[in-house]
Amino acid sequence: MKKLIAWFDERIPMTKTWNIHLAQYPAPKNFNFWYIFGVLAMLVLVNQILTGVWLTMNYVPSAEGAFASVEYIMRDIDYGWLLRYMHSTGASAFFVVVYLHMFRGMMYGSYQKPRELLWVFGMLIFLVLMAEAFMGYLLPWGQMSYWGAQVIISLFGAIPFIGDDLTLWIRGDYVISGATLNRFFALHVIALPLVLVILVFLHIVALHEVGSNNPEGIDIKKKKGSVAEEDKAKFKFHERFTKKYDIVDAFPFFPYYVVKDLVGIGIFLFAFCYVIFFAPAMGGLFLEPPNFEAANPLKTPEHIAPVWYFTPFYAILRAVPDKLLGVILMFGAIAALFVLPWLDRGKVRSIRYRSGFHKLNLTVFAISFVALGYLGLKPATEIYTLFARIFTFLYFAFFVLLFFYSKNENTKPVPERITK
Amino acid sequence: MKQFLKTTLLVAATVWSVAGFAAGPTVPLDEAKVDLHDKASLQRGAQLFMNYCLGCHSMQYQRYQRTFNDLGIPDDLGMENLQFTGDKVGDLITNTMSAESAGAWFGTAAPDLTLVARVRGADWIYTYLRSFYVDESRPFGVNNTVFPNVGMPHVLQELQGVPSKTTEQRMIDGEMQDVYVGLKTDGSGMLSADEYDQAMLDLTSFLVYTGEPMLLEQRRMGWYVFGFLLVFTLFAWLLKREFFKDVK
Amino acid sequence: MSNAPVDKGRRRFLTVATSVVGAAGAVGVAVPFIASWNPSAKAKNAGAPVEVNIGKAEPGQMIRVEWRGQPVWVVRRTPEMLASLDKVSDQLRDPNSEEPQQPAYATNTYRSRKEEYFVAVGICTHLGCSPQYLEDSFGEQVEGVSSGFFCPCHGSKFDIAGRVFSGVPAPYNLVVPPHYYIDDTTILVGEDGEQA
Repeated sequence: MKKLIAWFDERIPMTKTWNIHLAQYPAPKNFNFWYIFGVLAMLVLVNQILTGVWLTMNYVPSAEGAFASVEYIMRDIDYGWLLRYMHSTGASAFFVVVYLHMFRGMMYGSYQKPRELLWVFGMLIFLVLMAEAFMGYLLPWGQMSYWGAQVIISLFGAIPFIGDDLTLWIRGDYVISGATLNRFFALHVIALPLVLVILVFLHIVALHEVGSNNPEGIDIKKKKGSVAEEDKAKFKFHERFTKKYDIVDAFPFFPYYVVKDLVGIGIFLFAFCYVIFFAPAMGGLFLEPPNFEAANPLKTPEHIAPVWYFTPFYAILRAVPDKLLGVILMFGAIAALFVLPWLDRGKVRSIRYRSGFHKLNLTVFAISFVALGYLGLKPATEIYTLFARIFTFLYFAFFVLLFFYSKNENTKPVPERITK
Repeated sequence: MKQFLKTTLLVAATVWSVAGFAAGPTVPLDEAKVDLHDKASLQRGAQLFMNYCLGCHSMQYQRYQRTFNDLGIPDDLGMENLQFTGDKVGDLITNTMSAESAGAWFGTAAPDLTLVARVRGADWIYTYLRSFYVDESRPFGVNNTVFPNVGMPHVLQELQGVPSKTTEQRMIDGEMQDVYVGLKTDGSGMLSADEYDQAMLDLTSFLVYTGEPMLLEQRRMGWYVFGFLLVFTLFAWLLKREFFKDVK
Repeated sequence: MSNAPVDKGRRRFLTVATSVVGAAGAVGVAVPFIASWNPSAKAKNAGAPVEVNIGKAEPGQMIRVEWRGQPVWVVRRTPEMLASLDKVSDQLRDPNSEEPQQPAYATNTYRSRKEEYFVAVGICTHLGCSPQYLEDSFGEQVEGVSSGFFCPCHGSKFDIAGRVFSGVPAPYNLVVPPHYYIDDTTILVGEDGEQA
């Protein structure tokens, strides 16, 4: 065994990679439960790729055959229903964990210097994920697939001058048709997953270059020679880290966080499997009832709502009475997140040491996001639209206010070391 | 092109704005107490479907053999009593009408019913089947309180009898007024009111079954998975606790 | 850091136990992925047993049917054909059908349930071509034998019970599929029936 490992190590950096990224990688000792969502996103990504590949084996990407082929998978293939539910539930689970993962980053300032690029890679992942989910949702070719795609693609029609030609080009037809389905299929199963995997890789490369943040927002890498020997973490870390820094309040990712993550994965799988086996439609949130009817270009369902993970942005779109402005604000809501590292001019990372106003601001932001998500599922009545406008305002207010108060924020003193 | 987009968005916008009351049912739905373990009920439901529904509505994603197996009907018995289209036992439950896709184009073809329970819900189907009433203004002479201006005849009339809306004179604000109190049949059907309700519950149950034929297997498997996860999480937690002794 | 000594036995036990449970879980997850490659209900239906009506077959005539996408032959053999079977035994590779190319009930000289009717999958055991049925011109291939099967692709030869001659590329006798007689004039290809 040792010989075999040595043989490989001479040819590929196997043990070295293992040590740098796991066995001798210093991770802050105070990760709380918010730090599980990264690894869960990874787990769901693997689930999506595996079940996706298997679904592709029997799915028929054509307007005539798509809907029937999904039912064929659900009924005629052994365990086909399980693979399909794993994939459909995985799509929603992906957004659940990614939204929580992003909120974790916002709470503890994980986007601040030096982790700006890490955050931007993460946002790119989020963007590609939305495209991936949107295109995937067309594939079952049900009523919601069809009309949801119709409405979203029509958004691009709001762009001045080129809008109409652009929508035509995206669809490849005068309506959504088999041509649209085929190109979405190709992008969904090959192109976007490839981009996604590359971005995830870069996300982790960036993370391991700068090291993980933690709930205290305190660096665990101290200037070389500034820490007394007995204060250093009592573990062997790779020289890549110890050469430049003294490491405090940390332990190796493997085995400690690996075994801790196993517990988190187990708990997550309870919820995940509950949905798969007992509520795959999740009361119409994960699989919408009209989508069990094959797409019919001549009949719109009574109430169109995008899948729940798009509804916060969809609610912003609807809240604005002007089409173009609505589209701009909707994309602006995502763009604002992209530039968050530069909007926040504060030096203190964790919410634990930031001002009361920042805590309030972030709480209002979180509430607005959830409220917009709820409103996006509802029909746009007058009162709902009013609320959607208020929450849209609060959503953007978060970023504007942050930009102004963060420069001279009344923060608490940040301790030198992670206590506890 | 621009016009088309405008229309699309206008339609969509209209739909959203009216959805508030259009989406919700105007008639309160009766609860369908579906029990998928009750195979006798499902068998009766299958029989009703094959006799009364399949003439117009296909069940094109479901196979005879699967249905027979799941409902505990031997293949040969099922083929004799439930299969009228001359197909093989492994074939899909189709009818000749479903092939006329032209009908679908004009929105008049009878919809496939394999997944109707997933689209509408059991309660809706159960109430719908019991909500036909005489309305001479309609082409088939009947209407439905759950599905206004429904495009199909009341094919189960020979079972239910002829149902009509009944009213009662009631005192409201000091005036006698006609108040709608519900649907009543003339009693000419082969079944009593209770028997008809049971028959419709059977039929609803069967449609719930065909919507998700894997449902019972799915739930049974779910419990095993939970059992496994319990063991796994317990061991993982013990292991985590053991390792974290190092760093406490 | 605590100073309590690490209980190595307990740690090893928990590591192994968690790994074993985790591996069992991985196997469990693999099941649906593997099982989904089995023939689907649709494929099974398409490959369902096929009924063959032999009531109208003339002596010497062959009926071809499709079963699981393959040609299946039913040949009504004449007494002369049956008589020829014993004559060729010494020229065959596997005259007694020792290779498992047929169900137990067809492991006899005639390689069939009833002497008169020969049921076989019409695929050459060499590389999968479909041999020709030479009702009375087989003598050109094997002297003194008037009927048999000849594969045009690589020249393999089979007698009228589907037994392969020696010295040709095909290694085995033709496959006899599971089949049984529903009644005197109907054969069901694809099932052994209760008599098996």
